Amino acid sequence: MIRSDLPVLLARPPALVVGRTGEERSFDCRGILRPRTLALLATALVVSMIAAEAQSQGAASRPGILATLWLWTPVVFGGFLFNLLTSVLSMALGTAAGLLLGLALISLVRPVSRSAWYVTQFFRNAPWLVLLFYCMLLLPFEVLLFGQTVSLPAWLKASVGLALPVMANVAEIVRGGVQSIPDTQWQAADSLAFTRLQTIRMIILPQCLKRMTPPWMNLYAILTMATTLISIVGVQEGLTLTRAALVADGRVELFVPMYLMLLMFFFLYCYPIARWTIALERRFNVKA
Amino acid sequence: MAGFEDFFRWLNDHYGINFSFFYDSFDRDRLLLGIWTTVELSCLCLVLSLAIGVVGAWLQGSRFTLLRRVMQGYIQFFRNTPPLVQLTFFYFAVGGLLPRVADASGQAVPLVSSFGWAALSFSFFAGAFNVEIFRAGIEAVPRTTIEAAESLGYGRLKAYVYIVLPLAFRISLPALNNNLVNLVKTTTLAYAIGVPELLYAAAQIWSEQFNVWEMMNVLLVTYVALVGVLVWGMARCERALRIPGYDT
Repeated sequence: MIRSDLPVLLARPPALVVGRTGEERSFDCRGILRPRTLALLATALVVSMIAAEAQSQGAASRPGILATLWLWTPVVFGGFLFNLLTSVLSMALGTAAGLLLGLALISLVRPVSRSAWYVTQFFRNAPWLVLLFYCMLLLPFEVLLFGQTVSLPAWLKASVGLALPVMANVAEIVRGGVQSIPDTQWQAADSLAFTRLQTIRMIILPQCLKRMTPPWMNLYAILTMATTLISIVGVQEGLTLTRAALVADGRVELFVPMYLMLLMFFFLYCYPIARWTIALERRFNVKA
Repeated sequence: MAGFEDFFRWLNDHYGINFSFFYDSFDRDRLLLGIWTTVELSCLCLVLSLAIGVVGAWLQGSRFTLLRRVMQGYIQFFRNTPPLVQLTFFYFAVGGLLPRVADASGQAVPLVSSFGWAALSFSFFAGAFNVEIFRAGIEAVPRTTIEAAESLGYGRLKAYVYIVLPLAFRISLPALNNNLVNLVKTTTLAYAIGVPELLYAAAQIWSEQFNVWEMMNVLLVTYVALVGVLVWGMARCERALRIPGYDT
């Protein structure tokens, strides 16, 4: 059993509901939800636009809310794409570092596993935003590499800042995955004269991969949502551009539909990932 | 006490390590206010989100399809959108639509303060997770236990409050633990709308004293300590609530 501590998606045990008398009700929301939630969101957007339209009746000379929203859509969407880019970069960095840290966690050399444990706990328990500030303010803006001055742009530093907590969480996922493999596998490998490194590489990790995928995807969804944090430390992304567009247009009635639009972009990206994760968990039967 | 302050002043003068809040009363008050605000915000959100979780999990077992779907919509929406954008949406978009009211001195102030919006927004965010956590806990309560309660004449609400919830709560504690830790860490986002919490206070200090490095480490240590206190408290709670022989 995997000991994931990501609270986002708990596997559903066979649906058993505190029903009234008798009938069992299943909460398999796969069928119900996908179109419904979308419909709900779209309704919210439309209602907010109609409300905004009604508010702006006084100024007839300006373009309608829908037209204005459409005008700004490419800007907001471009910013959102930058969020996705940051999330991919941070995830790649964090996964690579986390894999190493996770292997250090299960190391047999006591000082190594001990210090890896402290690092993991530290980066998991510090708030993401604080770590982000840490990286933004304390990393230099340029470094001397082989006699060459290489500048570190803000978005790169921000990606590193986001990669740190990802690293710690990936390390935990790796540890949990490795520990979920039965001891007999290790013993069998031992008896076949595999070295420890060979055992991990050829026997343990390939088996963990399946079990680690759902929590890893979960983490990716969390990271994607966390990428908006970089707007606070002054990197331009979706939220910054939305705000800038609102300021540029200067219409109060545009606030609700614009932010809803940004929320919808994120929802449309993250919700399928969440559904897919649950489906994978079911298929691999990780937490049965 | 004076010696204590002098030590940090000396540390600053000789080594340039500036923990200004140890000797400067203005900075100290700011930082303490920040810590207090963070604790207050965390506690408020904790209680509210737990309430949302308990009520929401009950509503999810409701016989009205519409009610269940609304709950599902709420959960999925808040779980799959960034908390920072939610907060911004509430504070700037929804807050902008609400009327202003006169405060004690007759000044027009927003109906809900930035602290209020932060508390509401984070509670909704963490509450959405709590509903799912409690639901999983409720589903893990054996069917036979509920049937036993029904045969003793408990109604749905009574059985929920007296039988199911106490058991479900114990089962969901580990997951709840994680979510509440996340909640405390999420309170840093309130910085974005100017709530004077810990991060905000620290940012104010380092922008005046230029002691970014020191304040950063103070921040990290303080948050780790705050989370540590919470984890310790939850572990005690878990131990106190353990039913001998009922291990899940």
